[in-house]
Amino acid sequence: MNINLDTFPKLLLDNASKFKHHPAMREKYLGIWQSWTWGEVCLEVKDYSAGLIELGAKKGEKIAIIGDNCPRLYWSIISAQVIGLVPVPVYSDAIAEEMLFILENADITIAVAQDQEQVDKLLLIKDRLPKLHTIIYDDPRGLRDYNFTYLHGYEDIIKTGAKCNLSNPELFEDNINATISTDPSIILYTSGTPGKPKCVVLSHDNILITARNTVELEGLNEKDEILAYLPMAWVGDHIFSFGQSYVAGFCVSCPESSDTVLNDLWELGPTYYFAPPRVFENLLTTVMIRMEDASKIKQRMFHYFMAHAKRVGVDILDKKPVALIDRLKYGLGELLIYGPLKNALGLARVRLGYTAGEAIGPEIFEFYRSLGINLKQLYGMTEASVFVAIQPDGQIKADTVGIPAPDVEIKIADNGEILFKGPGSFIEYYKNPKATIETKTAEGWVHTGDAGFFDDDGHIKIIDRAKDVGKLTDGSMFAPKYIENKLKFFPNIKEVVCFGNGRDYCAAFINIDLEAVGSWAERNGVAYASYQELSSLPVIYDIIKGHIEQVNQSLANEERVAGSQIKRFLLLHKILDADDGELTRTSKVRRKFVDEKYKIFIDALYSDAVETSIETEITFEDGRKGMMQATVAIADVESFPAIIKSQAAE
Amino acid sequence: MQNTVTENHTGKKNRIGAELLNVKDISLSFGGVKALNNISFNVKKGEIRAIIGPNGAGKSSMLNVINGFYQPQIGVINFKGKEYKPMLPHLAANNGIARTFQNIALFKGMSTLDNIMTGRMLKMKSNWMQQALYIGAAKREELIHREAVEHIIDFLEIQAIRKTPVGRLPYGLQKRVELARALAMEPELLLLDEPMAGMNMEEKEDMSRFIIDVNEYFGTTITLIEHDMRVVMDLSDRIVV
Repeated sequence: MNINLDTFPKLLLDNASKFKHHPAMREKYLGIWQSWTWGEVCLEVKDYSAGLIELGAKKGEKIAIIGDNCPRLYWSIISAQVIGLVPVPVYSDAIAEEMLFILENADITIAVAQDQEQVDKLLLIKDRLPKLHTIIYDDPRGLRDYNFTYLHGYEDIIKTGAKCNLSNPELFEDNINATISTDPSIILYTSGTPGKPKCVVLSHDNILITARNTVELEGLNEKDEILAYLPMAWVGDHIFSFGQSYVAGFCVSCPESSDTVLNDLWELGPTYYFAPPRVFENLLTTVMIRMEDASKIKQRMFHYFMAHAKRVGVDILDKKPVALIDRLKYGLGELLIYGPLKNALGLARVRLGYTAGEAIGPEIFEFYRSLGINLKQLYGMTEASVFVAIQPDGQIKADTVGIPAPDVEIKIADNGEILFKGPGSFIEYYKNPKATIETKTAEGWVHTGDAGFFDDDGHIKIIDRAKDVGKLTDGSMFAPKYIENKLKFFPNIKEVVCFGNGRDYCAAFINIDLEAVGSWAERNGVAYASYQELSSLPVIYDIIKGHIEQVNQSLANEERVAGSQIKRFLLLHKILDADDGELTRTSKVRRKFVDEKYKIFIDALYSDAVETSIETEITFEDGRKGMMQATVAIADVESFPAIIKSQAAE
Repeated sequence: MQNTVTENHTGKKNRIGAELLNVKDISLSFGGVKALNNISFNVKKGEIRAIIGPNGAGKSSMLNVINGFYQPQIGVINFKGKEYKPMLPHLAANNGIARTFQNIALFKGMSTLDNIMTGRMLKMKSNWMQQALYIGAAKREELIHREAVEHIIDFLEIQAIRKTPVGRLPYGLQKRVELARALAMEPELLLLDEPMAGMNMEEKEDMSRFIIDVNEYFGTTITLIEHDMRVVMDLSDRIVV
């Protein structure tokens, strides 16, 4: 590839000549897919960028992009880059106050809003943003009565830009040639689990080199297709739907609306697909529920061939040797089951699928892989322009995130934290040198905040957030989330909280899943009146005990965490709830709060008690509060001796 | 139903034009029951006009009179400068009066798209032979009407349920489909009978926004019946009590 193509505007110009008639973007309008070729996109961007200059945009200014995925917003990003503005995509569902923080923090001077909803939010906070001088809107609906001099329609800007280009035909190329690869290309906000979001400045080099490396690694080309449905403000979308698309020249399609994504996926049949584990889980659940309603013969066929796929499907995908008869049977299954199923899910043509963000259940992961979908896990973060580690083709293990991405170096700090260094390492946190120094060392190593280790094959295994990792009294490592995730893969278990830091052994609170356990109880004639009663039944304790023993057994196989097998557990009498402050609004356990609230339970877990009582305050959905009294049994679980690798090899 | 008219100044007078509909001295009774007693009011072009009143006051009957479903014993309806005594349903429909119902009246087994297409029926000129074989004029018409319908689908943001049978939709969405079908007639006067009955707050807000948008974007005159006074005060230009 040409080394001079070192910024996205330069790539655009190159694509416009190389793939002039090849579609670059699609969007469904009035029920019909509309496409724009690279040539057309280039012309649009030419006029748009000139129009932005006419509005008084100056190099280095920050421009906010607010809305759902649509071509014009992607063109706003590239047009801004052409004239040296730094685009700052903002989550479209952010409320006005959240938006205020970001726009203020990033010194936004121009904002591009998708529609009236976003414009209204901006108008609400405009008074408090003295630097914001221009608002551009895409969809004019409902904006007819808005007579503000600083409000401009997208189409008007294109018109003024076109005039400007007529009188100065060199402008566009001059601007593009002036772009510099080390300049910031985009500012992205990290979700910022604790406190206010941080804003990560990434250069053209960061995004472009990372995108180029991975495009080469995975063999992506201009014939690939992707559906851009994840928020534009998320780094993943910026890499997949923008960076890699410009490098490889493939077409990016935008869904008609956020509600039609599944249908659009099915119509387009993308070849390259990213989804968080939750999406894959939900899809699988839908398939399973719909199979329950299918006719007996279909059900039997489905289960027969799925069992076969489970046995050989993954090996076939990984190009390992498989007996001819099994291959033939798999081919038949492809014809009868796997193919139609993949088609119904919209995944029929997927060559490369990624998932990331959190741990994916091994069974879910293998279900998709056994169908012949090359689904891989990756490990990434905004500060790395996504890619830190990717699973290489043919060496996929459900519980690791693969090997370091091209040109990325990874090392493990003494406390177990993962550090990386690579082409995607961010420039800085905007206006926050203190945080930058804390995260990025002088030699360029970036702290991920995650704890992990390399396994024997050199694959990285992520265990937990580094700050949650502790030690048992015997000094062995305790990584609560790692154990909790293993348990949560059982459908019967909804939530788990593990304890063990500074203790002799590991113990757990468990929330059963009312739906799964409830339906089991129904099928087996077990009567119960409430969640509390169901949780207290000895038969349920036995089921959960079985699950925990399975997990203990698997922990025993892993040297580092063999010590943190769960010895005692109890089933909570109520579901942990965000209304009671036990979970965050995104359903993550607030460990400190739970530690304090259920201190009596924890003390009981680390005593010889067989049961314990507690009185807790509960909050009803309408905000009223009440007290709840409960006596909960504590059960012991068998643990297994650690299997040391050298012995296992004998 | 008695007769008072209040004005609600929302400051968009510039778009409100001349009188579009004038109902004069309407009286309607079913046997001995007097539903409407000497009602007069008018609706100006481009305005949103609310009719409010307690249950059984005869609001729905009034709408039924306007679109000719009920024929009043006494009274004249003047629509677009023409007098009707009484109005008849087919005349109302042909002259650009569309309505939605208090109880949803959609074809439950048909998709959203097909339901809205039925709103275009009156605008189709091709004969049944052409339509059955999908040739000639029927084909050209279908394309034009489908485009018009797609604009409405886009407008009301119901793309995701385009192909879903209406019977499977939640109530709030069914109401929206009904509005879509009424809009498909490209009416000059749109009668909405309790468009927000049985909706939660969020659905009400959505619906209100759509009603205002319809009024602004298509310039459609709207007469609506509603119980929620907050909605009424926010939406309407003038109110009949």
